[in-house]
Amino acid sequence: MQLPEPYFSRGFKPAVFVLALLPLALLGWGVWHDTLGANPIETITRSLGEWGLRFLLLTLLLSTLRRQIGWGQGLRLRRMLGLFAFFYGTLHLLSYLWLDQFFDWPEIGYDILERPFITVGMLAFVLMVPLAATSFKAAIRRLGRDWQRLHRLIYPLSLLGVLHFWWLADSKARTDMPLVYTVLLLALLGERLWQWRQQRQRQQR
Amino acid sequence: SAAGLPLLANAATDEASTPYDDITQYNNFYEFGTGKEDPAKHAHLLKTSPWSVTVDGACAKPGKLTLEDILKPHPDQERIYRLRCVEGWSMVIPWLGFPLADLLKRFEPTSQAKYVRFETLVDPKQMPGQKRQVLEWPYTEGLRIDEAMHPLSFIATGLYGKALPGQNGAPLRLVVPWKYGFKSIKSIVRISFVEQEPHTSWGRSAPDEYGFYANVNPDVDHPRWSQRKERRIGEFRKRDTLAFNGYAEQVASLYSGMDLRKNF
Repeated sequence: MQLPEPYFSRGFKPAVFVLALLPLALLGWGVWHDTLGANPIETITRSLGEWGLRFLLLTLLLSTLRRQIGWGQGLRLRRMLGLFAFFYGTLHLLSYLWLDQFFDWPEIGYDILERPFITVGMLAFVLMVPLAATSFKAAIRRLGRDWQRLHRLIYPLSLLGVLHFWWLADSKARTDMPLVYTVLLLALLGERLWQWRQQRQRQQR
Repeated sequence: SAAGLPLLANAATDEASTPYDDITQYNNFYEFGTGKEDPAKHAHLLKTSPWSVTVDGACAKPGKLTLEDILKPHPDQERIYRLRCVEGWSMVIPWLGFPLADLLKRFEPTSQAKYVRFETLVDPKQMPGQKRQVLEWPYTEGLRIDEAMHPLSFIATGLYGKALPGQNGAPLRLVVPWKYGFKSIKSIVRISFVEQEPHTSWGRSAPDEYGFYANVNPDVDHPRWSQRKERRIGEFRKRDTLAFNGYAEQVASLYSGMDLRKNF
């Protein structure tokens, strides 16, 4: 299962990095060749948001993979994938601020206060900022145990991200994708809860 | 009708029509699926010939009419209307068809006919989106009788001078340009004159979001998004949404004395 070290860090990891940029490249290609449909801005905003969510789920998946199938090497991709979640989340937010609102700040403020799906999305983004800001080695060392505690924010912020997707769904009838993400996220969080209970039972014995 | 002519002249738009491909490939027609591209993908399954329409309720001449019977007395007219979707996008569409009032008058509605109720075809074989209960089928919509008789209310049978594609509601679809697009029911198979305000599919699905009137109104937000602006398909910057979608001069009097925040 484990790749020999040189293959992992010189081949696999850079390949994942390039793959993670592919969605952005495809959107760029789509803009250039006008293949994003009748409403390309909507396509771009939604796609960026969904990729943000997907990278959050992938980030959460890595430790589950270690526990469940013993693939521990993947954990070394975790920071990169987490930063990609932040990257796509940031682009998603920018596309809303620029292409949707054209930096109309009063309107944006009103949206954040009055529209639950914007409130929740914005909150998810804000919670990602400290995680991205403390993703480098010096911060990890300095924060020690607090670093782990801080980075548990990924659980609530992922839930907020999925909720943002539910409440956005432009009609109540169109809920297939929010449901898919909810099921995946609950499976990932459920596995952690289960692990945590197992551990506590073991400690009690 | 002659009385409608100056009113129609004022309602004409010189805005550029949205390209045919956008009008026919970016649709909300959940009978074919909930994605915007689904209707264009699946509408070939719809058989529009033979087609018949049942007319019933409070009228002197109810009956079941073939599509040919429906169309025969009405010469084609072109109407270039703005279409504003409740989701916040808009188009300009050159429809082909005839005034709804001209059709309705043939059935001689009685004084009990306070509202008109419309139904879309139900047939999951032709409309695969109906295999799932995402909305209440048949899709049902309605208008108050004076709204239905208004000269802007239109039955479309074509666009851009061609027959109406399935994804746009062939063979008969309603067009009510001052209301959000979901009021403009597609692929109509039943028209009923009724005394009570009819239930609508969207009204049943989310009554706090989709009111019976659904007049385009920049001052009444959808609970989940603002209606102040809209993206005209093909344009980069957003436009301000206009009261009654820019047809206030023609239709605002229909609602004088009504609280449009309550009757959204």
